Amino acid sequence: MTSQDPITGEASRRQHDLGGLELGLIDRHEHPRTLFEMRVDAMLMLLTHPGCAAFKVDALRRAVENYSKLDYENLPYYDRWLKAIRQLLVEQSVLTDAQIEARLQVIRERRAAEGQ
Amino acid sequence: MFTDGMLVRVLDHAIFGHCRTPVYLKGKVGEVVSEAGAWRNPETLAYHKPGLPLRRLYRVRFRQADLWDDYPFPRDTLEADLYEHWLAPADDAAMGDRQ
Repeated sequence: MTSQDPITGEASRRQHDLGGLELGLIDRHEHPRTLFEMRVDAMLMLLTHPGCAAFKVDALRRAVENYSKLDYENLPYYDRWLKAIRQLLVEQSVLTDAQIEARLQVIRERRAAEGQ
Repeated sequence: MFTDGMLVRVLDHAIFGHCRTPVYLKGKVGEVVSEAGAWRNPETLAYHKPGLPLRRLYRVRFRQADLWDDYPFPRDTLEADLYEHWLAPADDAAMGDRQ
């Protein structure tokens, strides 16, 4: 028996806690690392390094594990990290959401101008 | 505090925040294999708190047959690292069936 959520009546199981569920075989194929993945990895290493300490990796796990089932299943691994990093930077008042959006807009316009 | 060889039961608390104890171990009985140090508590580190006091971490060995229905290999085991506040001494009644 597992404990029940007092509101939903469901087992208090978060999206990542999959042990024992029937989910088929694990895809063990390797794929080449992408620049995007390495950048996200580097960003997390820098942000959690004691010299920066924007947040702990525990907070990253908490953010990822609290995603909706849809987000958790549809986002690739490093996209989950990136979404969590963005949330935690705002949560910790390192950046505001408006600052992130403004910067994204600059990058989008630059890319459009470069015809990418 | 637990010592090697003690039987412990994983507490079956509801989880309202971040937690490293997997659902499939909750309520199960296993044997302490070793102590794995004392660490800041990930359950509060996850919310930007200091994670103190330190929590002892134990490696606990479970029988796979105690974890899964109709598991066919009685000698197979699984070891998990569990924090002290998720463990309680297993009562004598649990020693018979370890369920």
